[in-house]
Amino acid sequence: MSSILRNRFIEQIWVMFGREPKKPEAKTERAIKLHEIKRVRNKEDLQAAKEHKRAHQKVSNKWRNRRWATLIFANLLFVVSFYFDIQILEGALTASRFIGFHLIDLNSALQVMLAHKHIITNLLIGTGTVLVLWVLLGGRTFCSWVCPYHLLAEWAEKIHLWLVRKKLITDQPIDRRWRTVSWIIFAVLALATGYTVYEAISPTGIVSRALIYGPGLAMLWVLALLVFEVFFMRRAWCRYACPIGLTYGVVGIVSPLRIKYTLDGCFHEGDCRKVCLVPHVLDTVIKGRAVDAEVPIGPDCTRCGLCVDTCPTGSLKFDIKGLSKLL
Amino acid sequence: MSAADDTPASGGKPAGNKPPMSRERIQQARRRALRAILLGGGVFGAALSGYLPIAYAQKKRLRPPGALDEKDFLASCIKCGQCVQVCPVDAIKLADLVDGFGVGAPYIDARKQACDFSCDAVQCILACPTGSLTYTKPDFLPVRPGAKMASKPILLAKENDPEPTLNLAERIGVARLTRPESCLAIQDKGFKGQARGPDFKGELRYMKVDRWKPIKVSEHPYDTELCDLCVQACPIKGAISIETVFAPDGSQRKSPVVHEPCVGCGVCEMICPTEPASIEIIPGEGWRA
Repeated sequence: MSSILRNRFIEQIWVMFGREPKKPEAKTERAIKLHEIKRVRNKEDLQAAKEHKRAHQKVSNKWRNRRWATLIFANLLFVVSFYFDIQILEGALTASRFIGFHLIDLNSALQVMLAHKHIITNLLIGTGTVLVLWVLLGGRTFCSWVCPYHLLAEWAEKIHLWLVRKKLITDQPIDRRWRTVSWIIFAVLALATGYTVYEAISPTGIVSRALIYGPGLAMLWVLALLVFEVFFMRRAWCRYACPIGLTYGVVGIVSPLRIKYTLDGCFHEGDCRKVCLVPHVLDTVIKGRAVDAEVPIGPDCTRCGLCVDTCPTGSLKFDIKGLSKLL
Repeated sequence: MSAADDTPASGGKPAGNKPPMSRERIQQARRRALRAILLGGGVFGAALSGYLPIAYAQKKRLRPPGALDEKDFLASCIKCGQCVQVCPVDAIKLADLVDGFGVGAPYIDARKQACDFSCDAVQCILACPTGSLTYTKPDFLPVRPGAKMASKPILLAKENDPEPTLNLAERIGVARLTRPESCLAIQDKGFKGQARGPDFKGELRYMKVDRWKPIKVSEHPYDTELCDLCVQACPIKGAISIETVFAPDGSQRKSPVVHEPCVGCGVCEMICPTEPASIEIIPGEGWRA
């Protein structure tokens, strides 16, 4: 890895914790050349090329459909395992057993370890298994491919965006560092109070249990969050509050599975940033920002694939580190 | 929350070489900070309000067998419900929002469905991934006075097996005759019919009916000269019996008497035909001679 890409890699970790992405100080020669070519290109030609691409753009929901199917399948597997007592995936998202193997949600495990201050073997095994799984698949992949609240929030986001288009409401963003603060406070609360405070309001746990064991009053809290997101703040929970997201984000720092950006074909029209849950990871697609001809997207990316579906030029693609070299 | 208060507006440029922010930008930043405080206040307010039900709880929850003491239990429980899934009589339920920090933690409503150890091996403990329910408590955790069983309880259903005991070191509560005035035995009355009426959904394993499959209590009517349903239904050997006792007025009465092997499973409370139950489990209570 060149030092330029390494710097970007480190910067993206800070961006995950809430820092706003900055204009890069250094770029590779290839990137500089590509930026240069794009700048001097005939405006009319460029416009024609854009329109050509747009006209031939295949509107696709391929990754979204795959993701929704996976998410629903994973959560349904919990439900049917219990309902029909087939014992494939027992438990809920906080902790479960897949054909007997312990799986334990990393953030829930952290809350329990901090609150209880005692770790038993099964807890360690389950946490380890899940850790390896999400290091390989990309930490926040959990968010968009498994978390049931994510799906509800995605639908709420659609309503939110519709209301914004109708000019009935405006999005009210806040500082993203808030999520890091939230993570720290919940960790400290668990340690200090001896209660798994976060689990009491975790929409992931509440929705997962509601699906499996039947809904209760706790769903009112989830409903309140969704209403807040629809009318007030776009994707507020996932963006600014959820400590689970940050935990998995940290896990995904070294993940080989990520989205890769290719500068060459990009028209910098920003469609991808509009659909992205975490648009700060896509700062690299802004004109003149890419530090290299190919730039891997940072760890806060949930690998949801909405940008891959949206991009008319195929400049954003799923990529497995090292695999392209191997093939 | 302090960090949220003093966070500058995102996109705010570092001061120094940049011109000062316009009035509009300053207001924008202020609104942003206010929103952050609002969201933060909401989130942590909601989270910490979970403490209120803990502090003001009127009645303790009866936790599944092998549960750690309440505070440790809530700390270690990961709220996954695997114990719920293995219970053959569906005795274990998950607590709702009103339990605050205990939301999603398992409990038993013995009057509705008690743990009758139909599983023979306390499977909920086996299912627990975090040791909230445990066969052997780690040394550093305290034992409530009177919680430790004198010896491992003998499960009547397994009495003739090579290993007749339940792997339970501590009781989860103790049965008490909380309403002796309504107890049928004390009134020298018998009982005939379905213990809890035809609509009661609770299940029990009756060894005489089926060793392996619990059936509905309503499908198993009783007929006794002197009501001893709690003794008949009790799954633990020597935990309860009908004894002759002296009432405060000096008269001799028959009464159910709870003994040391009582584990607090709640079957007596479930089966008791009076309404409300004359005998109840006191959750978390220790044995007192």
